[in-house]
Amino acid sequence: MSGPGLVLRKLTLAIDDHVLLRNFELAIAPGRIVTVMGPSGCGKSSLLAAITGVLEPAFRFSGDILINGRTISQLPPERRRVGILFQDDLLFPHLSVGDNLAFAIPPDRRGVVRRTLVQDALADAQLGGLADRDPASLSGGQRARISLMRTLLSQPEALLLDEPFNKLDAVLRQQFRSFVFERAGRLGIPTLLVTHDREDAPAGEPILVWPDPGPGQIDVR
Amino acid sequence: MICWFPRLTAFLIVAPILMGFVGTLLPAFGYLPAIGGTTLTLAPWGALFATPGLDAAMFLSLWIGTATTLFTFTLVIFFSASWSGTRLGGAITRFLSPLVSVPPVAMAAGIAFLLGPSGWIFRALSPWATGFTAPPDFLLPQDRWGFSMIGGLMVKEVPFLFLMTLAAVGQEETKRAFQVGRSLGYGRMIAWIKIVLPAIYPQIRWPLYALLAYSASVVDVAMILGPTTPPPLSALVTRWFFDPDLSLRFVAAAAALLQSILVLSLILVWYAGERMVALFAGAWLRRGGRGAGGAIAAALAAGGMMAAIAVAVFGAGAMILWSVSTTWRFPNLTPTKLTLGNWAAGGAMLGNAIANTVLVAGASTSIALLLAIGLLEHAARRGGASSRGLAFFIYLPLLVPQIGFLFGIQMLLIRLGFDGTWVALLWTHLLYVLPYVILALAGPYRRLDPRYAQIALSLGASQARALWRIKLPILLRPVLVAAALGFSVSAGQYLPTLFAGAGRISTLITESVGLATSGDRRLLGVATVWQLVLPLLAFTIAAFIPAIVFRHRRALRPL
Repeated sequence: MSGPGLVLRKLTLAIDDHVLLRNFELAIAPGRIVTVMGPSGCGKSSLLAAITGVLEPAFRFSGDILINGRTISQLPPERRRVGILFQDDLLFPHLSVGDNLAFAIPPDRRGVVRRTLVQDALADAQLGGLADRDPASLSGGQRARISLMRTLLSQPEALLLDEPFNKLDAVLRQQFRSFVFERAGRLGIPTLLVTHDREDAPAGEPILVWPDPGPGQIDVR
Repeated sequence: MICWFPRLTAFLIVAPILMGFVGTLLPAFGYLPAIGGTTLTLAPWGALFATPGLDAAMFLSLWIGTATTLFTFTLVIFFSASWSGTRLGGAITRFLSPLVSVPPVAMAAGIAFLLGPSGWIFRALSPWATGFTAPPDFLLPQDRWGFSMIGGLMVKEVPFLFLMTLAAVGQEETKRAFQVGRSLGYGRMIAWIKIVLPAIYPQIRWPLYALLAYSASVVDVAMILGPTTPPPLSALVTRWFFDPDLSLRFVAAAAALLQSILVLSLILVWYAGERMVALFAGAWLRRGGRGAGGAIAAALAAGGMMAAIAVAVFGAGAMILWSVSTTWRFPNLTPTKLTLGNWAAGGAMLGNAIANTVLVAGASTSIALLLAIGLLEHAARRGGASSRGLAFFIYLPLLVPQIGFLFGIQMLLIRLGFDGTWVALLWTHLLYVLPYVILALAGPYRRLDPRYAQIALSLGASQARALWRIKLPILLRPVLVAAALGFSVSAGQYLPTLFAGAGRISTLITESVGLATSGDRRLLGVATVWQLVLPLLAFTIAAFIPAIVFRHRRALRPL
């Protein structure tokens, strides 16, 4: 399996003598959203950490991770172009809303272009005019949207979602879910969602139950 | 690049201690060519053991070290056990914390003013209760048994150990285990001692060893509050090192080595004591006794804490009054005439020393901060694997008695023509500043949500950019507090300044010890107030910068 999208090949993940995943295979085409379901503590977050490249040294990891045919498993995290959203928005508390967004824009965009990108992202999230605000002064829903816009501004080639709807109340949850899925689909980003709640998964997209550490395989192209 | 920090720091810390130790070991066996010792001999040891009063001096060191540590430990444990989480506990914590940054010499001088024959306590009692119309001829505060010195050290060390305990107790599991214990019918104090103490002891063990080593070998406080005939061994050693009779250097080196052996044995005995307690405590815990009362112990512990605070506050108050007084007759409680003249005279005399203090403290703190951040960042990237290494950097300098290797360093510096230089002074200060900077920064650094850095990396920022643009700004407040603590530690260093400065670079502390032992109270008052002002200033700046920088950032403002 290779080609466009996010591909995990023969992924094995273990800590001490405990195997979390064995020879796990997964392929996500651009614009598709795969949900991996599992109880807390099964290693979902570790799988995402392995993909973003920030796995703790205590874990053992083998296998290949490819994005659009490019092997990223040996790259440092900052060169993988994998965006991630956690259940906390994790807006940098010392930066303004606008600076949080600007931090994500690749450095080859300069001057006016950067400012325009920030303005457009804010407008897209229906938060125009909030660039100079303190992130702490925003509502939970607003912060969540900024957090997604920040990730998208870094032009990721894959998007990982680590239970990002968990801390929002029911109404906000629905709104933010469609906000995220709509943009990931529109931008054609392969997206991997891990959650313990089936309700989080988008309709019509594959749901994968966290495999026993035996061999597991799914191909959604 | 970050992977070089542990090695660089290890070199900066181990090299001087090791070389200093060798430089003390050789003269202790008669080898010091610079003053004519070219053969290895046991003569220095013979001379040392023939010194009258040596056994008393050794005993004093052991006694003061043991008593200070034991009393401090007991007070802190009983106070934490009976008052943690209460309103009174919170209030006392707020008053206690600033005491950590007060230089020991300032504290000692303040206490000497309180306890001395013409101190506030005797003034308050005279003449109506004591009948004295002139200062009595007592040997206070330098009493034979060193009680004033033990008290003085405790005022300084109780806050330190208490804060270390508080940090250890902060973990959620410990708090929950404590609540479970309470629900099983154990009273507050007994639940704390039976459940919390065993859990946190491993974390306060090394601070306790450091306290043991420090109080058994401290020199500056001993010179002000300690007994004099004989003084504790460390003060005796210092006296010999600076004696005009050069042949005493050999005896001093042997005595310095003896001091190190004493400290090591004290730590070993304490460790054996730990094992013994652990052996018997199991049965005691299994018996399930719920303990009785404890109200008296609780009251005593609170009283002890308040006494420590009161001593510090009144000591500082007495110093401030002396610094502006012209005449202050016994037994008046306040000076009869006030003046700012002492401050003018003090400024003229101390100006240079104050500038030196600020320079050394500022420079050594900056270096220590850089090293500490490098070490912590290295540990964070390795996934906390090197926290053992961190403990080594923190506690090695604090466990080795200063007197045991500073002489060796000085000999080496003289040999290299380096003594009395700023490099030498900065390096020796760094040995003591770095541990406290790491201690202060390690907790906040570890508690910082690692996902901030992960997010920054996933957005394409390099590790360095994530550190400088995200982590350090978020940690600005603890970084500055660590810096302020490092600054005050450096400003309080006596022996390192004395040896590495070689008399050519004097700081506020060396001047203050000189004034304290020679007896000009007005100038000593001025010098002591300066000693209090400098750390206060550092902590004030550390509080103001984040308040200004983050005035529009609610999440980073203090509650």
